[in-house]
Amino acid sequence: MSQVIGKPINRVDGRDKVTGKAKYAAEFQVPGLAYGYVVSGTIAKGKITRIDTSEALSLDGVLQVFTHENRPRLAWFDISYKDQDAPPGSPFRPLQDATIKYSGQPIALVVAETFEVARYAASLIRVEYKEEPHETSLEANLHRARPQKHGVADLLKPPPPKPKGDFNTVYEESPVKMYGRYSHAAEHHNPMELFASTVVYEKGGKKPKLTIYDKTQGVTNSILYVSQVFDIPFKNIRVLSPYMGGGFGSGLRPQYQLFMAVMASLELKRSVRVTLTRQQMFTFGHRPATVQNVAISASADGAMNALYHDARGETSRFEDYTEIVTNWGGMLYPPENVTQDYKLVPLDVYTPLDMRAPGGVTGISALEIAVDELAYELGMDPLELRLKNYTDLDHNSQKPFSSKELRACFQQGAERFGWSKRQFEPRSMRKGHNLIGWGMATGIWEANQMPARAEAALLVNGKLWVSSATADIGTGTYTIMTQIAADALGVPMEDVLFKLGDSDFPVAPISGGSWTAATVGMAVHSACEAVGKSLLELAKKLAGSPFKGAKWEDIEFADRQLRLKREPTTAVSLQTLVDLNGGKAVRETSTGLPNALKQKDYARATHSAAFVEVMVDEDLGTVKVTRAVSAIAAGRILNPKTARSQILGGMVWGISKALHEESILDHNVGRFMNHNLAEYHVSVNADIHDLDVIFVEENDTIVNPLGIKGVGEIGIVAMPAAVANAIFHATGKRVRDLPITLDRLI
Amino acid sequence: MYYIISRRTIPSLFVPFAKIIEQPQAHLVLEVHLLWTVMTLSAEAPPKATHTPSLPPTHTVTLTVNGTETQLQLAPWTSLLDALREYMDLTGTKKGCDHGQCGACTVLVDGKRINACLTLAIMQEGKQITTIEGIAQTCTDAPDGLHPIQKAFIDYDAFQCGYCTPGQICSAVGLLNEGKAKTTADIRELMSGNICRCGAYTNIVQAIEEVINQQTV
Ligand code: FES
Ligand code: FES
Repeated sequence: MSQVIGKPINRVDGRDKVTGKAKYAAEFQVPGLAYGYVVSGTIAKGKITRIDTSEALSLDGVLQVFTHENRPRLAWFDISYKDQDAPPGSPFRPLQDATIKYSGQPIALVVAETFEVARYAASLIRVEYKEEPHETSLEANLHRARPQKHGVADLLKPPPPKPKGDFNTVYEESPVKMYGRYSHAAEHHNPMELFASTVVYEKGGKKPKLTIYDKTQGVTNSILYVSQVFDIPFKNIRVLSPYMGGGFGSGLRPQYQLFMAVMASLELKRSVRVTLTRQQMFTFGHRPATVQNVAISASADGAMNALYHDARGETSRFEDYTEIVTNWGGMLYPPENVTQDYKLVPLDVYTPLDMRAPGGVTGISALEIAVDELAYELGMDPLELRLKNYTDLDHNSQKPFSSKELRACFQQGAERFGWSKRQFEPRSMRKGHNLIGWGMATGIWEANQMPARAEAALLVNGKLWVSSATADIGTGTYTIMTQIAADALGVPMEDVLFKLGDSDFPVAPISGGSWTAATVGMAVHSACEAVGKSLLELAKKLAGSPFKGAKWEDIEFADRQLRLKREPTTAVSLQTLVDLNGGKAVRETSTGLPNALKQKDYARATHSAAFVEVMVDEDLGTVKVTRAVSAIAAGRILNPKTARSQILGGMVWGISKALHEESILDHNVGRFMNHNLAEYHVSVNADIHDLDVIFVEENDTIVNPLGIKGVGEIGIVAMPAAVANAIFHATGKRVRDLPITLDRLI
Repeated sequence: MYYIISRRTIPSLFVPFAKIIEQPQAHLVLEVHLLWTVMTLSAEAPPKATHTPSLPPTHTVTLTVNGTETQLQLAPWTSLLDALREYMDLTGTKKGCDHGQCGACTVLVDGKRINACLTLAIMQEGKQITTIEGIAQTCTDAPDGLHPIQKAFIDYDAFQCGYCTPGQICSAVGLLNEGKAKTTADIRELMSGNICRCGAYTNIVQAIEEVINQQTV
């Protein structure tokens, strides 16, 4: 029975966050701390021929300058540098040698007594290069596209399924068809918090002891990396990340400030902090620029019969970053003749990195604009076309969905938005000199669960301590895990202390892919159940115990009590039970595992429908998203308040992607030029107007017993296409390249 | 010496300029910003001339933060933001860009909101500086030790990761002090110097509206 799951409860970490008490990676005070400042390379490809650090070193307060010439000897093999999210290839190693692989590559670290001195000293380092020709343009290198290299990454990011049917013939012969070429720019995550690592150094036996506060979406990933690269046993390292100022994927891999801070700390035998600058936040992973082609045909009644979707994404020269871009059409629509294709173009850039709904928002933006185009070819309402082609089957795997309430999303979203009042013709709705446009799109994202571990302990004071080495990157993990634990053992939330972000806790995977709620939720649930079972055993030992013959199914937990289901007045308080445990807490660690047997016959996904209104100034071409409704089918919603925030955030990201976000490469120098928050535009408050979120009811016992599907990414997926479709409806101009900036619209 | 303008400095000047120009020490702040831009740039493209580098001496600076006076020994170019975070352990004030482009470092100086990264500590002697750690003390009615804005932020879930939050809250209190925001559109516009990458804008606006409504009741 559920007391708090499903209730719109305020964040348990809210008070810490509004009072400034929540501490992020760069904010832990350590006596004798030294400050590192990274020097970034200025060419895109070539070699460092000379690096002169003498002036910097002569400055008072400078402790050391590390470059490829004097760095310590480190692990030899690529495998040591592979983190949990490393794609196939050879991971980038900071300060490895004189080779420059991309613009902005870290080439030195200055360490000084103060931040001010380190930053100034960094400006005194002279570097000479021998430049080599570089290639950074995806468009100019499309002819080099090749299939992805295969590796373990295929498990989570499978290549497109084999073609089925005969796309060419059917498409040619169809009465109605569309074709479009779509592209979008590279984007950078830009979480508000700058990447930082604070390494606290302590002398140990043979090896020193390091306590590392790191900005990461997974402390386990960081400890693994540090241990392997620097050859320090796990027991000498502890990585902590109690709060993270936004991730969106950027913290799925250890970033180079971690390497730099640990290296400097070990060499100088001192505590060191390295914080990157906003400019340097553009010198590691990004959402790869992509070029896509989509062609769809249908019979005259709107039934889709053939679908083609290809994508060319950029990657680096050293790793094959892949994402699922083109598989979505086969999951959403039922045509019999389908070809989906995905290839990579290696360029002289850093390896791209998962960014909120990686691949999903990329591919679906193109696909869902294409479906809108087909609707206009047919002269059919875009929502009606989607209903016409509705399917409960994933046509890639030929498996039914474990649950799919997308139809309810369409109905409830359309009703809230007022879709039925829409006039079909573009440029047919206006307000003064503003053109009004209404557009919609469908979204889909995977509902995954990973294995994870958690510990639960009913303490002697009756409080429930629960922990797992997961992360709360703003997603609400602290709050929803507290809710799950509270309900599992029938205690109020204030009795629960849930802790995360500590590598000493039971292991959990990196927090991404919208899987944390299900993954850690099941681990927490299972650890609490294990404690519950031990409590039942203790209850049986009570003198004249009424629970003697009771089985697990016969009891329940509520009001801080263990009681009989059929006779709730027969109860014993949890405090009494823990008192029987010889002065010790009742402690259990347990693993939450996905039930592969149950899942294997089903496709599992979340769905959404986004409805957007834009207002386009007819003279100036400025676009405002005045209203948007997202209807979401994402299984059981643990906390409608925090889940709604997740969706709102995704919607803001979708608007931002559709209208603003673009990391602009100057191919002459091979560098992202707008590497700051004034020129890399993200949506600000004035860009965001009325946003509305609907969670439709969706019950699913196949994904996991708690019915959780995750909400981190589904909010963004449908939005960019819905915005683009609304702009078409307003203006009659079809823009297929994102972001839709003024120059593309006029 | 500050007016070295390159292709990259020009656009990055526009946004902070609009925000700081209203302030009395605008020209000084602008110079600091230029100086910083030049320093950042020079970190990327080292000067050709050889000289023996040396550092100017540190100064004793007295800052009044949240009602408490503190003496610090600071470099003349230490920003107020770094003074708070690195020398006073007041890490509630956040650094998101160090260039006046994000608002994460917003604090109140004599009741007005400013970007702490765009001002030098040494320029703020004798002023009343309020950070998130002291914001609740600035109002007489702070149940639970929270400013009404802080409480409304919790109730409306006006944040996710929380990193922009102290800046949003200080900015919102500054907005209330200014008394200029009459409509929802005003709030959106006047809060646009504070980026929230998590996208909590609609909730932030609701939280602020709630407090404005309480005040006018
Ligand atoms: S840190 Fe001051 S505005 Fe960004
Ligand atoms: S709450 Fe994360 S940036 Fe605003």
